[in-house]
Amino acid sequence: MDNMTIIAVASIVIAGITTGFGTMGPALAEGRAVATALSSLAQQPDASATITRTLFVGLAMIESTAIYCFVVSMILIFANPFWNHVIAQATGK
Amino acid sequence: MRLSPDELIFWQYGFLKLNATIVFTWGLMLVLTVGSKLITRRLSISLKRSRWQNLLEIVVTGIEQQIEEVGLSQPRKYLGFLGTLFLFVAAASLCTVVPGYEPPTGSLSTTAALALCVFVAVPLFGIEEQGVGNYLKSYVKPTFIMLPFNIISELSRTLALAVRLFGNMMSGAMIIGILLTIMPFIFPIIMTALGLLTGMVQAYIFSILAAVYIAAATRVRKPKPEPEAKP
Repeated sequence: MDNMTIIAVASIVIAGITTGFGTMGPALAEGRAVATALSSLAQQPDASATITRTLFVGLAMIESTAIYCFVVSMILIFANPFWNHVIAQATGK
Repeated sequence: MRLSPDELIFWQYGFLKLNATIVFTWGLMLVLTVGSKLITRRLSISLKRSRWQNLLEIVVTGIEQQIEEVGLSQPRKYLGFLGTLFLFVAAASLCTVVPGYEPPTGSLSTTAALALCVFVAVPLFGIEEQGVGNYLKSYVKPTFIMLPFNIISELSRTLALAVRLFGNMMSGAMIIGILLTIMPFIFPIIMTALGLLTGMVQAYIFSILAAVYIAAATRVRKPKPEPEAKP
């Protein structure tokens, strides 16, 4: 395999693994957060405004880790710096 | 496939580029400012008022109430900054129903600029409320060891704000783009509707997080009450 093939294979495989494993943790965490928020909403419906706002902010915080993984895999697929480097080298020769 | 609207260039002269991000940002600015100017030209204080004035009043009082609930006791002072952030991000994602439009918040440049505005505004509001000395002292609380961590948290939350908004907007556009090649009918419309919802949630989260940061910076610490002697 030449360099380009290796880079292409590694990028695609790693992009898939990144999104797959990177969303696993945030998914579990968001499930726990929503479940806890629901039970506290059921116990104290009066505090719904505060609970909902805190839930949204917390969900955004948790979700951002998944978003980082997604951005990294998108960069690997669509704007891969190593791929561009090899292409530039190949055309420069 | 384009990763961001930065790569769609309308006009280029030397290194001056006019890409889709700038054009759509200007368009949004024009719509927002001219729209509010037109609406507020004839304000009525009687019971009979136009629909547009009602709309604006609902938006402004809603934002004001949300800011107050976060813990800022004078929402009017922060309404200009936080309200602008919310309205810009919300309008940028709501306009995706217009064909040919791409949200400028799907570009890392726009979101980084917005996050930098928050990064600059938080210390400014904090200094205005507490004074320079007291604000700088808040970095070495509770002990001096926490100084580097406080500074790192300040930087990392700016990065998080920028990348969160960028990732959400970009993923929406990307998913629709991918689905269009697989399944061109009906289903992309559902994903567009979902994108509108996530856009509104992200706008809410962006402005609420900025409000929370400002509230944390402007909070004047009350002196501890003396513990009452136990009988």
